[in-house]
Amino acid sequence: MENPMLEIKDILHTFSESDWVLHLPCLELSSREIIGIIGPNGSGKSTLLRIASGVLKPIQGTVRLEGHDLFKLKRRTIARSLGYLPQETVSLYDLTVEEIVRMGRYPHTAGFGPLEESDFTIVQECLALTEMTVLKNRPLSCLSGGEKKRAFLASVLAQKPKILLLDEPTSALDVHHQVRFFQLLQSLSKDGMGILVVTHDLNLASLFSDKLLVLSEGKPVAFGPPTKVLTPSRIRTVYGPNILMGLHPETGRPTILPRLLTEKKNEG
Amino acid sequence: MKGKTIILYGLLFLAVASITPWIGGESLDPTDVWNHFKGEPTTDGDIFWLQRIPRVILALLAGGTLALVGASFQVLFRNPLVEPYTLGMSGGAALGAFLAISLPSLWVGWGPFSSIQFFALLGASTSLSLIYALSRRPQGMSVYTLLLAGVTISIICGGMVLFLSYLASPQVLVLYHRWMMGGIDVVGYRDFLSLSPLLIPGIGLLFYHADDLNQVSLGEEMALGHGVAVKKVQRHIFAGGGLATAAVVSFVGPIGFIGLIIPHAVRRLSGFDQRTVLPCSFLLGGAALALCDAIARTILSPTELPVGIITAIIGGPLFIYLLVTLRWR
Repeated sequence: MENPMLEIKDILHTFSESDWVLHLPCLELSSREIIGIIGPNGSGKSTLLRIASGVLKPIQGTVRLEGHDLFKLKRRTIARSLGYLPQETVSLYDLTVEEIVRMGRYPHTAGFGPLEESDFTIVQECLALTEMTVLKNRPLSCLSGGEKKRAFLASVLAQKPKILLLDEPTSALDVHHQVRFFQLLQSLSKDGMGILVVTHDLNLASLFSDKLLVLSEGKPVAFGPPTKVLTPSRIRTVYGPNILMGLHPETGRPTILPRLLTEKKNEG
Repeated sequence: MKGKTIILYGLLFLAVASITPWIGGESLDPTDVWNHFKGEPTTDGDIFWLQRIPRVILALLAGGTLALVGASFQVLFRNPLVEPYTLGMSGGAALGAFLAISLPSLWVGWGPFSSIQFFALLGASTSLSLIYALSRRPQGMSVYTLLLAGVTISIICGGMVLFLSYLASPQVLVLYHRWMMGGIDVVGYRDFLSLSPLLIPGIGLLFYHADDLNQVSLGEEMALGHGVAVKKVQRHIFAGGGLATAAVVSFVGPIGFIGLIIPHAVRRLSGFDQRTVLPCSFLLGGAALALCDAIARTILSPTELPVGIITAIIGGPLFIYLLVTLRWR
């Protein structure tokens, strides 16, 4: 087993004014691995991701990035190996897609941030990867929600990170682009990237993750491959009883549907 | 490209800088001015070198600083209506100036400063530290609280000035009222010596963080993710902008509108890259204030109008025009 690139240990975090507690004993992310984090609203998914990215310092616990204490590293150093796409991305000014993507080269520049030929090549690659090349001169105000998300993903990819942390990246995307997005993540992970993705979409998580972490009320409920983790009883405990489960016809991975006829009992 | 843009603004700046010293109550003879420079004292030369030139330099510096700080603060606070004075520096400075004006016993030399300059500076820096203390949080500082604290301190200082003016004599009120209109009254070059220790580091810090401000405009978390030490940048912008504003307000009084509209005009003309916006705001702000001051000293000649009146009268309608036509996002 190779050394994990990101190692999260004994995390304990809480916010003042509430008795909500996030408690996570251990989570390790390796190269070529996609870990999906799922769980109902308020289960601590985003908080966990913010801690893993170093944006939020937990009250207790450690995060190690390639063996180094994340909270002692400079942000610029972190950004060279870890990319983080927050849930909300709001630009103050109406920048164009290409400008946004160029800004992802920040951790590799110095001073006033002039870019070199190699930087521009990387920017073009990232635009192509996210299928944003044709839209590169569009200002943000003329993009759909999904296109904006892809622009910011391209910007994060321009950092050339080895680890990618994504907070609900596909919530604004249509079905086609959701699948394209996760297929892109899959190919990035084949090329060696380790990916941690928070999502509300259980089916996408099931289809594309190597492992799933289920959180509920700030605690891990299950961790492992989707087929082991997504059992009907567990999903019903976490998400409530009105859940119907099946198997994806092509992959055999578990799929989840809402149950509408509640009087029948125990099937699926 | 941004290099060319900056040069263009620079040319405008230089043009204003070389024309405005010749504008004023008396028309000056260039030969006399030149002879004075070569060492033969003339009256025209005296006016030019000891009054007009220092005054134009101060206007260029003050206007430039106000616009630069405004541009940086508008990004830092993610608010298009912020100007340097929003943080309460002018309130503190006004209170200090009022005390200095109303207590003649303070009218002694304060090192390189006059008593009004000294107490205005003291007031401005006190309110600056107070705001900073109020917005400190374990994780850094809260930009939101910073803004609210600034506005509140302005109001408190305003209230105290009102209270004091109720008790003050009419002469004091006239002098204070005149100070509040803002004016670039400078003779000789001594004031620049006392200004520069505050102004140069302040301005330098803002320019230094231009590219970081670009990142901050994408939101705090995105900037952190891209590798910006956001909290450090926020502290530096606040401290640098605060110091520079405190210095400017103590020397020229509260001159409005430059810090608010110049950055908007620059963004509208030249895009959103802060590496262009910050230097161009400085250049355009300086040029604008120097022009306004030239108008102020000629329009009612031989009386010289306080420049704050001109910036408000020209700046107000200009801002409304921008407001109507500007794409905010």
